[in-house]
Amino acid sequence: MSASGRAEIARLPRPTDGEVRHSANTGGADAQSRRQVRQSAYALCGKGMRLGYDGRDVVADLDIEIPPGQITALVGANACGKSTTLRALARLLKPRDGVITLDGRDIHTMRSKDLATKIGILPQSPTAPEGITVADLVSRGRYPHQKWFRQWTNEDERVVAGALDATGTADLADRPVDDLSGGQRQRVWIAMALAQETSVLMLDEPTTYLDVHHQVDVLDLVVELNREQQVTIALVLHDLNLACRYAHHLIAMRSGEIVAQGAPDQIITEELVEGVFGLKSKVIEDPVSHTPMVVPIGRHLRF
Amino acid sequence: MSTTLADTTVDRDAVALVIKARRRVTRRIALVTIVMAAGVVFAFSISLAIGDFRVPIWRVLPAVFGSGHPEEVFAVQELRLPRALLGLLVGAAFGMSGAVFQSLARNPLASPDILGISAGGSLSAVFALTVLGVSGLALSLSATAGALVTAVLIYILAYRQGLSSYRLVLVGIGVGAVATASTQYFWTRAHTYDAASVAVWLSGSLNGREWESIRPILFMLVVLVPVTLALGKQLKTLELGDDSAKAVGIAVQRARAMLLLLGVALAGAGIGAAGPVAFVAFVCAPIARRVSRSPGPPLLQAALLGSILVLVADLVGRVALPSTEVPVGILTGLIGAPYLLWVLATTNSSGQGD
Repeated sequence: MSASGRAEIARLPRPTDGEVRHSANTGGADAQSRRQVRQSAYALCGKGMRLGYDGRDVVADLDIEIPPGQITALVGANACGKSTTLRALARLLKPRDGVITLDGRDIHTMRSKDLATKIGILPQSPTAPEGITVADLVSRGRYPHQKWFRQWTNEDERVVAGALDATGTADLADRPVDDLSGGQRQRVWIAMALAQETSVLMLDEPTTYLDVHHQVDVLDLVVELNREQQVTIALVLHDLNLACRYAHHLIAMRSGEIVAQGAPDQIITEELVEGVFGLKSKVIEDPVSHTPMVVPIGRHLRF
Repeated sequence: MSTTLADTTVDRDAVALVIKARRRVTRRIALVTIVMAAGVVFAFSISLAIGDFRVPIWRVLPAVFGSGHPEEVFAVQELRLPRALLGLLVGAAFGMSGAVFQSLARNPLASPDILGISAGGSLSAVFALTVLGVSGLALSLSATAGALVTAVLIYILAYRQGLSSYRLVLVGIGVGAVATASTQYFWTRAHTYDAASVAVWLSGSLNGREWESIRPILFMLVVLVPVTLALGKQLKTLELGDDSAKAVGIAVQRARAMLLLLGVALAGAGIGAAGPVAFVAFVCAPIARRVSRSPGPPLLQAALLGSILVLVADLVGRVALPSTEVPVGILTGLIGAPYLLWVLATTNSSGQGD
């Protein structure tokens, strides 16, 4: 992917100066196609969620909605509950209270296998079994589509190949996952989630431990999935500027609550950054994508 | 809206690469499985052929079905078949059980013999033998029941919002130590005659087992082996970790509980039939995995390897010393102990287990 992926960023439908982002709200051909996607995509909502580990509640009472057909980024300081929220929406964590619905149905009443054909998640730092090859790992994403009497089909083969192709990892197919670089490995894990063929894909800090080149690579891939296959994306990102650039919808969290949500250029202000991250900053326009760019002001301007 | 990876024109080369990569792995596994199955047939035949009265190996399998010399048929069918069949079944039970445990815990140390499940079965059997005075089928069943109870106990003690592999191993070793100590208490209190049978039983032996002791394990394996193999795919997916397994649609807690139960029942069946044959459960799966050079729990391969190991060890035990017989468990122990040391020495440096 890398070469075509980098070319892709030039083709992203970024609004020019003065134009309001999210043409979905303003009409036009792009909005038309978006609207169609919205009708067919699943709406994922959490209501009154109380979430936590052990004795501690991380999130006390949270309502959240992931807009279908869009890329949503959850941002916030460490330990603000964003990963916990994402894990709950992807049913990796059972809420202590509250309900999570996909198209109005409580996800905890659905069969896990059925749900796995609708919601995919790439957990934080997943571990591959020793010695597993790329093709084998990605094939395991087909599990929810397989029946005990119909094990492995040409369709599975095609989907796995498609997932490898989309992530630019096809030529790694018979390499052991252990041998790959961090960026390649992350793309392979994304390929496994893609092989699940879900219309909602969640990624928990997919760019952590990656250098800036691979961060952009992974996020470009996310954009392609969203645009070309209409996958609804929700992801936790640490880098606020990348979140502003790549997400249609931003959800800023602090201490288990949503502080602000909406399009990045409508919600990102210097006050919000200070409120959410406790950091003084200047917000300027990103010269490449024309989205908000947060420039932190530390205690020392020069050393 | 089902998304459309399959509908979009997928690069032909990518499909070819996937087919090639997958085929290499499945071919290797198929080859290893066939070779191991042939090995089981060979070890089984040798075991039937060799003894005080030798039967040529090519006449062994016909003799099993009653054709051939009457003396040969008698030696094979009456004298050796129960023992060889028992070795086959016990090895398969331990081998598959170890593969289930080690894969579930993602830790090569987590096999029923290390975890104290065998020790629990032994305690129960020794208690039944020395205090209750039972033998035969009742003894087998009490050993199986003891293994199950011990496993439940370990599970309860180790469970704290999920099962961590190291806590499981440590609790298991602790429970095993208590069980071993109690076993020795009952052993020292036993009458001389009972104490001798306890010694043989504890070392794991196929000697003097009749059809009566084969039937329970046979029935158990007829149920347990297919069910375990059917859950193999879930086990394979659980190796990705809880989060990833849940993500692809495994009901993680339920799948793990069922697989644990199956693993314990397999070990219990083996212990009931032959006593705690040392280290068979522990060594088979890692070897099978290494030979087939593929990830995923080597359930079938470990079972086949277990059969080979027990059959060969029993055969060596029968013929090694002219005057007496060495119990099969002592020989498997001789093989397993160095391997255990090696695993202990290398586990942390290779980052296995979690």
